Amino acid sequence: MNDLWIISTAILVATSSAILGSFLIMRKMAMIGDAISHAVLPGIVIAYFVTQNRTGFPVLMGAAASGLIVTSFIQFFNRRVRLQMDASIGISYTFLFALGIILISYFGSNVDLDQECVLYGEIAYVPLDQLMIGDTLIGPRQFWILLINLVLVVSAVFIAYRRLVLTSFDEGFATSAGISVVFWQYYLMGGVSLTTVVSFESVGAILVIAFLVGPAATAYLLTDQFKRMIFLAIGTGISASILGYYLAVVTNASIAGAIATVIGIQFMLAFAVYRNKHKWRDSKHAPYDSPVKVEPE
Amino acid sequence: MTWWQEFISFFSFAEPNVEIVFWGSLLLSAVSGLVGSFTFLRKQSLIGDVIAHSVLPGICLAFLIGKEKDPAYLLIGATIAGWLSTVAVDFISSRSKIKSDTAIALVLSVFFGLGVLILTNIQHSGMANQSGLDQFIFGRASAMNPADVQVFAVVDILITLVVLLFFRAFKLLSFDPQFAQSIGFPLDLLRVILSVITVATVAMGVQAVGVVLMSALLITPAAAARFWTDRIRVMMILAVVISAASGVIGAAISYTSSGMPTGPWIVIVLSAMALLSSLVGKNKGLLQARLLRWSNDRKIAIENTLKSFFYLTDGFEDDPGPISSKTLREKSRMHRADLRRGIFFSRLKGFLKKENGGWVLSEEGEKISKETVRKHRLWELYISKFMHLKPDHVHDDAEGIEHIITPEIEAELEELLEFPETDPHDKAIPKV
Repeated sequence: MNDLWIISTAILVATSSAILGSFLIMRKMAMIGDAISHAVLPGIVIAYFVTQNRTGFPVLMGAAASGLIVTSFIQFFNRRVRLQMDASIGISYTFLFALGIILISYFGSNVDLDQECVLYGEIAYVPLDQLMIGDTLIGPRQFWILLINLVLVVSAVFIAYRRLVLTSFDEGFATSAGISVVFWQYYLMGGVSLTTVVSFESVGAILVIAFLVGPAATAYLLTDQFKRMIFLAIGTGISASILGYYLAVVTNASIAGAIATVIGIQFMLAFAVYRNKHKWRDSKHAPYDSPVKVEPE
Repeated sequence: MTWWQEFISFFSFAEPNVEIVFWGSLLLSAVSGLVGSFTFLRKQSLIGDVIAHSVLPGICLAFLIGKEKDPAYLLIGATIAGWLSTVAVDFISSRSKIKSDTAIALVLSVFFGLGVLILTNIQHSGMANQSGLDQFIFGRASAMNPADVQVFAVVDILITLVVLLFFRAFKLLSFDPQFAQSIGFPLDLLRVILSVITVATVAMGVQAVGVVLMSALLITPAAAARFWTDRIRVMMILAVVISAASGVIGAAISYTSSGMPTGPWIVIVLSAMALLSSLVGKNKGLLQARLLRWSNDRKIAIENTLKSFFYLTDGFEDDPGPISSKTLREKSRMHRADLRRGIFFSRLKGFLKKENGGWVLSEEGEKISKETVRKHRLWELYISKFMHLKPDHVHDDAEGIEHIITPEIEAELEELLEFPETDPHDKAIPKV
């Protein structure tokens, strides 16, 4: 039974992340997702210390606040003092992440959060924290929270699908049609922050980025159609969750780490398929004796 | 002991271990400042991030093979994994439609995930001597030993030599790779050398600051230094100094309370320095930019105010006596607030005097007034002559440029226009 709960929790994380990740990589915002996933840490730690509750509303607010802070730091460095984008991202999130680690060390034994948990979560402990209704156990708390998150993410994307797609693919046209690119960007980032926070306990701050970017990138290699890409990404994420769980059992290691490894293997396979298909189209590797001959007039 | 005494006592090297921590942090952060300058200039800061996360599986595998925490072994493992990760990012982004940011995020997280997989496997297997391996994630400078510091010193010297030897080539590679290639620099080889020294720096740093925050050591010093200078040599020296200082201060802070990880404190100190530099830095810092803009605005307000006197007195031919603020407000085309500011500062600088309830220009004020009009009219003539603009199209352009023209440009314009007497509107160009 525990296996099932763990796998389904992982599947819930993978599914929400795959959907959001597909949009992230189309918008070239993968690294901003990475930054946010690192940067929510101090907010989570402070809220957790104050409320002594790992999954309450305050933790969500704390994480959202640090997400906002890191975005404004990036904006400050990039726009106000004209620092290049890569360095702006790098400085901002490492600063907040460092702050989070220091806070954990500082609160020490007062907080039941350890540094390793921050990095790769403890999905194996998910079944230990069961939710009760009346006298019956209805399953792990994490499972239900992640399920609610998935419902939220799916409905948010479903409602605004056309706008999200339009602003992801053609900013110029979206703007001329009166659709605010910035608003939908924040809408998406809101979803990313929320998913990061609720996934934090099970997969940790760094590995959530593997769930966000990996399956979406794999799917992107296999299809040119965006809708198909989202469903492929979800399928990839789900299969990685299942295979990853058993890999972790076999190797007696971290489940989140194992899933991330499987995600990497899936990507390599998709990459091989892609290269095989595009071998002749790629100009760098086109055979010297090109089938199209240019005749001099 | 108070916190401060504790902090100071770090530098007295009272405990033998402290000396090791001091030198370790110093050597490590200094060399990252140096190497990070090139990644920064090449706009590849996030590659440093990838390498830093990706050394983890290398370290763990090296431990699995070697069965012990031999620094040399781990350094080799880390270097191989880090180098592989940069190759993977390049390969994915150049051979498929995947963009580089996605490739970076993917490689970083998958390598890290693999590292976590191997690390937890080692931990769960209860292998002897495994304790302390997880320190590579967050780093603990206090765990350094004299052998580590010796390795650091050797790596530092080697990397510094490489940088000195290839300085010109690296500089060219960072700023203008096409040109570098065209004059025959072996670009691929230079890139490999640069990535090898970057990887080596990261690999040696993870023990002290941990994989997650090592990237900050590469990115932040150069970014902070760039707010003080545009010159690459000065910037690199500054980056090294800032980084080394942050390394030592961070290590000292973490020394003051037990159980504090070193890496995060170094990063906090570094980030504070970068933030401070971005605010008060002499090169494009926020404060400096504000001051510059403020003094420009003031100069423009003064010149425009004084210029209105020229028009109101018909080029100082008439003497209508003191001019009241009301007349100035009505006749000059300036914004009210600008005019008020212009009057205030002109008076402060002695260009303007109050007489019988009106304003009179001092000798110097009159000179500036004429000078401004002169530049304005010279420019009008210049663009109407050389850009073939109609006389009624030249005013707005001249209105802006008159505040910027230096005496040198003015002399050049004069010569180019063969010392003209009148502007395109047939008005006399005043002489000063």
